[in-house]
Amino acid sequence: MSGLTRRQFIQIGGAAAGTAAVGAGLTTNWFGADPDVVHDPGTEGDRVVPTFCELCFWKCGVLAHVKDGRVTKLTGNPAHPLSRGRLCPRGTGGIGLLYDPDRLKKPLIRKSKGGDQVFREVEWDAALDHVAENLLKIKDKYGPEAMALYSHGYGGSWFKHLLKAYGSGNIAAPSYAQCRGPREVGFQLTFGSGVGSPETTDMEHSRVITLIGSHLGENMHNTQVQDLARALDRGAELVVVDPRFSIAAGKARYWLPIKPGTDIALLLAWMHVIVNEGLYDHDYLARYAVGLDKLKESLKDRTPEWAFARTTIPPETIVETARFIAGAGPASLVHPGRHVTWYGDDTQRSRAIALLNALLGAWGRKGGFTLPSKVDLPSYPYTKYAHKPKAPPDMPKDTLYPLADSTLASGLCMASIPGTAAYDIKGWIVYGTNLIQSLPAPEQTMKAIQSLDFMVAVDVLPAEICGFADVVLPESTYLERCDEVHTPPYKEPFVAVRQPVVDPLYDSKPGWWIARELAHRIGLNDYFPWKDSVEYAMHRVKAGGFDCDELRLSGVALGKPTPVYIEDGLDPAFDTPSGKIELYSDTLEQAGFDPVPQYEPPEEPPPGQFRLLFGRSPAHTFGRTTNNRFLSEVVDGNEVWLNARVATEMGLKDGTNVVLINQDGVRSEPVPLKATQRIRPDCVYMVHGYGHDAKGLKFAKGRGASDSRLVTRYKVDPIMGGTGMNVNFVRVERWAS
Amino acid sequence: MSKKTEPRYAMVVDTKLCVACKACVLACKSENDVPDGFCRDWLVEETRGVFPDLRAENRSERCNHCAHPPCVHACPTGASHVNEGGTVLVTHHKCTGCKACIGACPYDSRFVHPDGYVDKCTFCLHRVQRGKEPACVEVCPTFCLHFGDLNDPDSEVSKLLRTRKHKVLHPETGCEPNVYFLEGGPR
Amino acid sequence: MNQPTIEVLHGRHNHLIDPALHIWGWEIPVYLFLGGVVAGLLILSAALELVRGRKDASLPMRTAPFVALVLLSLGMVALFLDLEHKLYTFRFYLAFEPTSPMSWGSWILVLVYPVAFLLGMGSVPQETRVRLIGYPPFQKLKVSSWLMCVFGRADSLRRPLLWASVVSGAALGIYTGILLGALSARPQWDTAILGPLFLTSGLSTGAAFLLLLPLDDGERHKLVRWDLLAIGAELLLIAIMLIGFAAGDRAGQIALTNLTTGNWGGAFWVLVVLLGLGVPLVMDLLEVRRRLAPVFLAPLFVLIGGLSLRFIMLASGQASSFRMIQ
Ligand SMILES: Nc1nc2c(c(=O)[nH]1)N[C@H]1C(S)=C(S)[C@@H](COP(=O)(O)OP(=O)(O)OC[C@H]3O[C@@H](n4cnc5c(=O)[nH]c(N)nc54)[C@H](O)[C@@H]3O)O[C@H]1N2
Ligand SMILES: Nc1nc2c(c(=O)[nH]1)N[C@H]1C(S)=C(S)[C@@H](COP(=O)(O)OP(=O)(O)OC[C@H]3O[C@@H](n4cnc5c(=O)[nH]c(N)nc54)[C@H](O)[C@@H]3O)O[C@H]1N2
Ligand code: SF4
Ligand code: SF4
Ligand code: SF4
Ligand code: SF4
Ligand code: SF4
Ligand SMILES: [Mo]
Repeated sequence: MSGLTRRQFIQIGGAAAGTAAVGAGLTTNWFGADPDVVHDPGTEGDRVVPTFCELCFWKCGVLAHVKDGRVTKLTGNPAHPLSRGRLCPRGTGGIGLLYDPDRLKKPLIRKSKGGDQVFREVEWDAALDHVAENLLKIKDKYGPEAMALYSHGYGGSWFKHLLKAYGSGNIAAPSYAQCRGPREVGFQLTFGSGVGSPETTDMEHSRVITLIGSHLGENMHNTQVQDLARALDRGAELVVVDPRFSIAAGKARYWLPIKPGTDIALLLAWMHVIVNEGLYDHDYLARYAVGLDKLKESLKDRTPEWAFARTTIPPETIVETARFIAGAGPASLVHPGRHVTWYGDDTQRSRAIALLNALLGAWGRKGGFTLPSKVDLPSYPYTKYAHKPKAPPDMPKDTLYPLADSTLASGLCMASIPGTAAYDIKGWIVYGTNLIQSLPAPEQTMKAIQSLDFMVAVDVLPAEICGFADVVLPESTYLERCDEVHTPPYKEPFVAVRQPVVDPLYDSKPGWWIARELAHRIGLNDYFPWKDSVEYAMHRVKAGGFDCDELRLSGVALGKPTPVYIEDGLDPAFDTPSGKIELYSDTLEQAGFDPVPQYEPPEEPPPGQFRLLFGRSPAHTFGRTTNNRFLSEVVDGNEVWLNARVATEMGLKDGTNVVLINQDGVRSEPVPLKATQRIRPDCVYMVHGYGHDAKGLKFAKGRGASDSRLVTRYKVDPIMGGTGMNVNFVRVERWAS
Repeated sequence: MSKKTEPRYAMVVDTKLCVACKACVLACKSENDVPDGFCRDWLVEETRGVFPDLRAENRSERCNHCAHPPCVHACPTGASHVNEGGTVLVTHHKCTGCKACIGACPYDSRFVHPDGYVDKCTFCLHRVQRGKEPACVEVCPTFCLHFGDLNDPDSEVSKLLRTRKHKVLHPETGCEPNVYFLEGGPR
Repeated sequence: MNQPTIEVLHGRHNHLIDPALHIWGWEIPVYLFLGGVVAGLLILSAALELVRGRKDASLPMRTAPFVALVLLSLGMVALFLDLEHKLYTFRFYLAFEPTSPMSWGSWILVLVYPVAFLLGMGSVPQETRVRLIGYPPFQKLKVSSWLMCVFGRADSLRRPLLWASVVSGAALGIYTGILLGALSARPQWDTAILGPLFLTSGLSTGAAFLLLLPLDDGERHKLVRWDLLAIGAELLLIAIMLIGFAAGDRAGQIALTNLTTGNWGGAFWVLVVLLGLGVPLVMDLLEVRRRLAPVFLAPLFVLIGGLSLRFIMLASGQASSFRMIQ
């Protein structure tokens, strides 16, 4: 045999094929009597139902392929502006949720049995009656505002409506004070409006994109990743600021492995260089901004050398990157990030990012931020709510967050611990959020729950939170139900519908049905006049002038495009007190905060300890998909990243099991160590969402470790109440046993 | 095109764009009903260097549909064969599961399907024949996978290979792979 | 990218392939070993007659072709057990793939059976033939007339059969090596030596097998000498193989270290080289030179060495991969 390995490589340029085909055909095809067949797996299905995804909150258009009543595959809807025919890994994995054998199957009610508490399966009527009874009790005893709703996910709209009709405005999600709240406030203070979701970034057209820890590529919000890729393909350059060599950092022209918690120093120094060298967009600022002089004044001492001492980024690099970023303005985007509740100074950091974008002239500009419009569907003609709800209790007592523009999930949780807030919260409805993993300091959350009179969880899986509820209601998954119509502000305005693809499995029911049934039981019939959610949705669609049948066939319809950039003739409006971009914020000053962001050094981890950082796995969404067996085919656990040199010094090998022990002595579950060059020596990193201990999550239980458990302390953002969670320190120890 | 030549199908993977999200793997699994515990495509993530001087390359890999496929040559039954456009396929009902082809493939692209026959990437020929792109190409949110005909100079894959620096895996095997990896920068 | 690779994440975990190839278990080495012994038996028993002329052979010598058939059948059972899609085994015989050693092999097996059978029939002594033909049930079933015909053919075609036996035995022996040697995807197997190596190993193990049986002195005398030659050739071939690896590219280096210092390094040196070849070589030499009484240990060692060679070449070969080159 001639050794193939000794052969030389021959470059082919459209070289010949087919010789082997002929040879094979002669000997084995028997001249066509025994043909080779191209096997068709037959997953195309017998029908295709367009709907939109709920594996995360981005809501991409999907096409559900159904064969013999079973969903075979989910593909991207090419007509949908958020998916453009493509899906992130999780989007494909909806089947893994739909057919998860561990799904909640019947309503459950907590019962006492011989001293132990157990759940008993009951019929829907019994469960709903029980919930209704308690809703009425709490209203009678404490007033409607004592009832809180946590709702994350698009099916939550029905419950929000229910709670408002009931008389409470205490509705919150962990996507504000635990996620993007500080960013919204920081941008509102600067430009008069937030960044929203989907973000109004126009990365697709950017020439330089700066990521301050946003780990796009691991954070898989579909359209964002698509836009980033398109930009890179067109030659855009990346500047990535991250203590970790993220996937995005691997594609960057500049990777700045910053010391965690010092980003404001870097941002100030960048602005210092840009202002000093006059690299900002003079005309734009002259036209649209106020406070440039005051900004310049306060940046005077924020030199690259000053920042070097804090960030560990060399001054030359700071100068070089500042020029690089400014050179591409206004098509230079400093990405606002999304999950920004890191250190408690997050509104100010977000504001620093907003200011930098303002200097670049990026707001309202192609390659920066769009100023989008949305399809205006008239809302459903509901009866007006009878009550004007009481202001949220907030937390802790007497310290309202002056600039919060949404209710804080953490605030409602604190207010459930008696005597800590303006008034006590006594009951929770928890829809689609696993507060045990998503709120900081889980012990505190559990304590709050112990103080409640009543709690009901509406979920699809037996997540940790369900174990604390008095009643657990099994919702149908997004593939089995119709929800509210989706019309977000976006550069291409559109209307999209979610439609049931298959009948609900088990004894699960769609959210709209549950909410309506509850309403009927507590005398709020008038607020739910429609037959089902399809009737509701189609009513709105029709009122908006869209063809219902067409929309149900295509899943999405585009609205009339409007100019979204200043370049296209848009005249931007800034909803700030001055009506302009506020480089210096009187609002902040009046509320007692720094009108221009100032740097506060973060607390340092003591020797032998590391700052705990966390983020996303591209194939999972928080803890909500870790039980998804299909998605787990590609990622089935998390690991702790530790700098390889440090690991060697500590005698720890890649792959060995370790435990993390935080400053309060809380130990993590055992988790494999990833000894890697890809992270600074002063921090460790892990993917959020693992370390479940709920028995019902048969697949996820005991997989990986939970970052949430180690987040026993957090730093509250004084401006809007966000909970900075990157303030925990851990020791790393070899797992014994 | 004036004269229709036999196509030579190929895939081009832009490593500059790939984020190693593995959507391609999952899309392939659901499109092709690939059983649990197996995959026809996979991700290799390479990091080189020492902190903080690092470089990364992500590759979505699969069967290379080699122009000189040793797997086909090794197959005693003709189950492994070259089909339309040079795609290397396995006819399930001719396969004995002797695994000679697995041993012969330098890229470890094949696996034994729990049903007994040997399975691997098909370039989604069943879709291509219907004018669609392979499932992995269609799903990829970074547009980093490209599929097409190398014998058509106007195809996207031909153009990409003409203009961009690229490589194949282990050219020293002499198999002449038809999955190409674009590296950063022009040719 | 000329920096050293430090981290490779391989997101594939296909059973039998990852983390290293392990498609074949005990069945294949056992089959390869038995195939080798059979090749040796066929070649040696035919060659002995070709060299010494047709004279009364010992019982083991006479029955060797039948023993070969039994061993070969055992080997084929092992082979069958290894197939993943057993119902489709017949597919081997609906095709002939000239580039596939396995296809050659399956057809060679078809060839070996009649040759060995006829060779064996030709060696059946006259009295036995008479008794067989006279066996009443055989007569009833018309087996006797068929037997007569077979004996006749076996005798008249004796010389061609002897040569056919040598040739098909050689084909079988070489093929067991080429089966792996053709899989150049595994650096460890990517050497042209495997064919001759497995053939010589087949010869020495075939001889060893016979030497364990009560042969007559003349036979033993020849076989020990041939065994010596085969062992010598085998050692030479192994040396050439290793030198070839050492002189090769990265793949060759991988193959060399994998075989000589890797997980199987110890077993290779001790079981194959020392126990399986070195010690028997010395013992055989002593037997020949000093005309010592036959030593039964030497053939036993050869057999152990031959089996080990198949196991080690298979296991280490599976573990060697282009993936090791970065
Ligand atoms: N420690 C730590 N905490 C964090 C974060 C972190 O990274 N680390 N991230 C923060 C961020 S950015 C966010 S946005 C939040 C997210 O926080 P959450 O929204 O609470 O996310 P999950 O923990 O995934 O919980 C989602 C729950 O919804 C259920 N669910 C899924 N689909 C449906 C459905 O269709 N209907 C119903 N009724 N239920 C459904 C799931 O089973 C699961 O129990 O967490 C925040 N908290
Ligand atoms: N696949 C997938 N995608 C998702 C989600 C998901 O669950 N799964 N969730 C979605 C949601 S709701 C959100 S909010 C987003 C969150 O995603 P992002 O907003 O992109 O990011 P975070 O999770 O806050 O940040 C994690 C990154 O910040 C880095 N980092 C940590 N500390 C610092 C620091 O002090 N400075 C700097 N510069 N960097 C730091 C970490 O190393 C890590 O790379 O992802 C969204 N996309
Ligand atoms: S980004 Fe992914 S998970 Fe989120 S909605 Fe889109 S496809 Fe679904
Ligand atoms: S889907 Fe695309 S970006 Fe994601 S891993 Fe596959 S090839 Fe890479
Ligand atoms: S990659 Fe392997 S399986 Fe695919 S054609 Fe090449 S040798 Fe055959
Ligand atoms: S396993 Fe099947 S496809 Fe592979 S070589 Fe054997 S018969 Fe051919
Ligand atoms: S071409 Fe088709 S079979 Fe091959 S990896 Fe892509 S999706 Fe899978
Ligand atoms: Mo979030």
